[in-house]
Amino acid sequence: MAGLELLSDQGYRLDGRKATELRKLQARMGVFTQADGSAYLEQGNTKALAVVYGPHEMRGSRSRTLHDRAVINCQYSMATFSTAERKRRPHGDRKSTEMSLHLKQTFEAAVMTQLYPRSQIDIYVKILQSDGGNYSVCVNAATLAVIDAGIPMRDYVCACTVGFVDETPLADLCYAEESGGVSSLALALLPRGGQIALLQMDARLHQDHLETLIEAAMTACKGVSKVLDEVVRQHLQEASVLTGE
Amino acid sequence: MLKSKTFVKKTRSGGVMKVVREHYLRDDIWCGSEVCTECKQESTVLQKDACMESSLCSYPHYLVPDTNVVLHQIDILEDPVICNVIILQTVLQEVRHRSAPVYKRLKDIIHEKEKHFYTFTNEHHRDTFIEREPGESANDRNDRAIRVAVKWYSQHLKTFESDTDGLKVVLLTNDQGNKQKAQDNGLLVYKCEEYVKSLIANPELVDRLALSSDDKSEITSSKVLFPEHFPLSRIQTGIKSGSFLQGTFRASRDNYLEATVFVQGEGEDSTEVLIQGLQNLNRAVHQDVVAVQLLPRSEWVAPSSVVLQDEGTGKDDEDQLRTAAAEAARKPTGKVVGVIKRNWRPFCGMLNVSQIKESTRHLFTPADRRIPRIRIETRQASTLAGQRIMVAIDGWPKDSRYPNGHFVRSLGGAGEKETEEEVLLLEHDVPHQAFSQAVLSFLPKMPWAITPEDMMKREDLRPLTVCSVDPPGCTDIDDALHCRELENGNLEVGVHIADVSHFIRPGNALDKEAANRGTTVYLCGKRIDMVPELLSSNLCSLRSNVDRLAFSCIWEINHKAEILKTRFTKSVINSKASLTYAEAQMRIDDTNKNDDITKSLRGLNKLAKILKRQRIEKGALTLSSLEVRFHMDSETHDPIDLQTKELMETNSMVEEFMLLANISVAQKIYDEFPECALLRKHPAPPPSNYDILIKAAKSKEVEVHTDSAKALADSLDAAKVDGFPYFNTLLRILATRCMMQAVYFCSGMDSDFHHYGLASPIYTHFTSPIRRYADIIVHRLLAVAIGADTTYPDLMDKHKQSALCNNLNYRHKMSQYAQRASVAFHTQLFFKSRGILNEEGFILFVRKNAIIVLIPKFGLEGTVFFDSKDKVSPNIVFEEEGPTLSVEQHKFHIFDKVKVTISLDDSNIQHQKIRMALIEPVIPGVSVPAPDTETPAKKQKLDR
Repeated sequence: MAGLELLSDQGYRLDGRKATELRKLQARMGVFTQADGSAYLEQGNTKALAVVYGPHEMRGSRSRTLHDRAVINCQYSMATFSTAERKRRPHGDRKSTEMSLHLKQTFEAAVMTQLYPRSQIDIYVKILQSDGGNYSVCVNAATLAVIDAGIPMRDYVCACTVGFVDETPLADLCYAEESGGVSSLALALLPRGGQIALLQMDARLHQDHLETLIEAAMTACKGVSKVLDEVVRQHLQEASVLTGE
Repeated sequence: MLKSKTFVKKTRSGGVMKVVREHYLRDDIWCGSEVCTECKQESTVLQKDACMESSLCSYPHYLVPDTNVVLHQIDILEDPVICNVIILQTVLQEVRHRSAPVYKRLKDIIHEKEKHFYTFTNEHHRDTFIEREPGESANDRNDRAIRVAVKWYSQHLKTFESDTDGLKVVLLTNDQGNKQKAQDNGLLVYKCEEYVKSLIANPELVDRLALSSDDKSEITSSKVLFPEHFPLSRIQTGIKSGSFLQGTFRASRDNYLEATVFVQGEGEDSTEVLIQGLQNLNRAVHQDVVAVQLLPRSEWVAPSSVVLQDEGTGKDDEDQLRTAAAEAARKPTGKVVGVIKRNWRPFCGMLNVSQIKESTRHLFTPADRRIPRIRIETRQASTLAGQRIMVAIDGWPKDSRYPNGHFVRSLGGAGEKETEEEVLLLEHDVPHQAFSQAVLSFLPKMPWAITPEDMMKREDLRPLTVCSVDPPGCTDIDDALHCRELENGNLEVGVHIADVSHFIRPGNALDKEAANRGTTVYLCGKRIDMVPELLSSNLCSLRSNVDRLAFSCIWEINHKAEILKTRFTKSVINSKASLTYAEAQMRIDDTNKNDDITKSLRGLNKLAKILKRQRIEKGALTLSSLEVRFHMDSETHDPIDLQTKELMETNSMVEEFMLLANISVAQKIYDEFPECALLRKHPAPPPSNYDILIKAAKSKEVEVHTDSAKALADSLDAAKVDGFPYFNTLLRILATRCMMQAVYFCSGMDSDFHHYGLASPIYTHFTSPIRRYADIIVHRLLAVAIGADTTYPDLMDKHKQSALCNNLNYRHKMSQYAQRASVAFHTQLFFKSRGILNEEGFILFVRKNAIIVLIPKFGLEGTVFFDSKDKVSPNIVFEEEGPTLSVEQHKFHIFDKVKVTISLDDSNIQHQKIRMALIEPVIPGVSVPAPDTETPAKKQKLDR
């Protein structure tokens, strides 16, 4: 059987989007009351839950304490029911460790950790349903959770995956596209200053194409940031109505 | 802008797995029609006055074909008459799943602007998307989707009725149920046949209609002739379990009841399975991929040596096959149980007009004898008789003796030169259409001049005395040379190759076209260019006294022809002279001439001789094949004389430096890109290939060693027989036949790089980028290696390059076949005008019932048969050792000198051939008396 046609001649992708269009992004902040900050985010069919505790005193081994800034501790996990095949996913497998590390690096670049020396911030993210772009969805959800916790950040961190098909960059890949042999790239951006918090790619791509691909990823991230900003303002408005301010 | 509504599609694949995909519906998909004022489209495809005159639809209308119509009637859709067609996304996707070739053709049509084909993305349109209902099959759902889309279109267009005269949408379908439902919905719907027949201006289109399944039953008898093919699932399990074998079906050229199936095994062990008899062949056609089942060992047979042509009788032919064969000669025999993939293409051939005058069904005989006859339906049989036509196969039902097909187009009268050339090109799959507008748009704009930017990156070599040496009449000059003495006493030699890669940029339409064509094909008196003429004969051609861009390879060489330094650079040159081989030779020989060009030529010639000696010492082979040139009449382009090509010193001079450049470049690109260098190799032939050569030489008591190329070259040089000067050449011709094909390959995919014939460890093609695509790739690699150009992704991808190599090898092989066929055709034309000739020749091979004779004067090979159908065959004894053939009293040996008459046998108009008959030695009852050798005076005049 012929493989899937990822981009039709008319410029439509498998799910009907055009090359630069993002999936439908919906989010809610403050979903749990026990945690300091929490958020739920849906990007198409990829759904993630992020929870933030902290800043608080160092727990566990005190030797990791940093004297000039806070330690960020990230944990990434996937629900057993998140993919088409039910699968037990133990903690600490290679994939989730790597993902945790990436998240940690991303947020170290964004959170103003120097304000909280000798303390710790915990970020837990769980993928409830997976349909491509897990990393970027986690980053976006965690950003909202960190904001919900009231921890100061330099800017929103927005992430997006992009792929490269027929000389065209595709924004926000879904699972079918990711597994369809596209060389994909994940990018986390601080949109206002345009700084890149994390750039990750492990597919083969010709050097000439890299620039256009990063360009497309940055545009996509800026699109994400607009939506996130709206969500935060909406949440703020609701909260202020409740508190009567 | 995006008003999306999320739907969920559920599909189950393989085991039980739920796949959930998003499906966005949009409101910004436009209808693509000129009349529409509602859609905010930027450009429209469908015309306002869609004029296809039809007696069924007298109003302007757009056509919407369903999937089956597209799949089966793609020939109709390709016709220029049919335009303004809406292809729904549902249809496009279904076609893509079901037939890749049709999908490709459909896409080509859509891209053609004049056809006005519009693709409507109905699956993502908010109003035309439908969900599959419970209990509805996928096909039914798609049919419904098509109907919904047609309904939407008709309502959409109705809103603009005021400013058009009732533009309507017509659904074409061959499915009765679908048609009924569409009518119930109030749609305009016709069967494809109905509609095509109603087209007023174009009755001939009807012939191109493919027969749909419900028509087929009436034309064949109900008798089932063939066993049913197994379903694909059963074949797959059979192949997995080893009870069936999968292979490519190769029909026999001489016997229509026999074929072999080539089964590709692991690594080297490929096997061939013999198939015999109509039932066992079971409707497989040449080049199909089939599944075969081996018969029990007791039923195995030996390949029969009879020549059988399909005359339609069949029964007695099968009996002829049953010859008792020795146990040892029996081969694995099998029967075809299913066809995995059909490889049908349109076939060239001629129509056998039916005996019954009014009949519209006729048999078609393809030019390729391996293809069975095809039954077609046409109303223009009388006009098509005597013409070469193309026919496509539609299907082969199990109750039909022949496959059913339909007429595609006519190529012209049989026997006419243009027609035959067209047939030749089509049968050898040589792309020969005029270059499309898209391709031409990438040509540089005229007047073209070298810009200062070009000069910046290039070395200015215009002051050098560069000249080119080529065969007479050559307009695509891709190489030029220079040689000068340096101050330190050494020589500087430069090979300058046209810089085609400067004009053909990677990835554009021009590049893709050239990559597909792969090579320029030279026929007698005609050239099928790989790149448009502006480039091949003008901008890239290194003509004299104009500035041209070149890629130069410059060596510093001492007088012993040792290379001291090699350097590559992009440059600008100005050739001082375009010489022919003969002119260059005259300059070298003329001691009075002492100008720069002549001096340069002499220097080159001297070095070339040393280089050649060195090369031969290393074991390079000098082989021989006779090549003929036709002298063409300048007006009629008919051949008036034949001449074998003469080789001069200057030929080998140019060749020597081209080899040197190729080897230097090969080394350089391989050093730089060990994974993706495009190289050329020539594998050493297996020892058994040489058997015939050794035997032949032995008959004249000459020993030939074939252990290595060097040994072979030495023994060929030593092979001489007194009083037989032509012996050496004959031996070399035989040696050429033993060789393997040289092929292009990607260095990352292979480990054996050796070029056997040239005795070089590494080799590539660099020197003819105008006529070979491989050279363009090599140019690009080299340009990247020296930092003169940038790389691009496909160049560095070894899998893509390997695929490219396969295409280039295929095109190269086909172009050689086409060239040979063209020479054969012209030889026939030549002998047609000559009448009967008497010539001397040598026996090249001895066969069981014939000898193959080579006529050196014409470079012509022909077969003299000793048994023919209508005569009593003489007493023939064939001896394997030797080999010799005794006919009556006379014994024929290989290399014997004979005299034959040559004439043209045109009893079969599709397969005209040269006939030879023996004159000397005189064998009563076999040889023919020498005919009147004096050709009429009128013809002699023509010679002069």
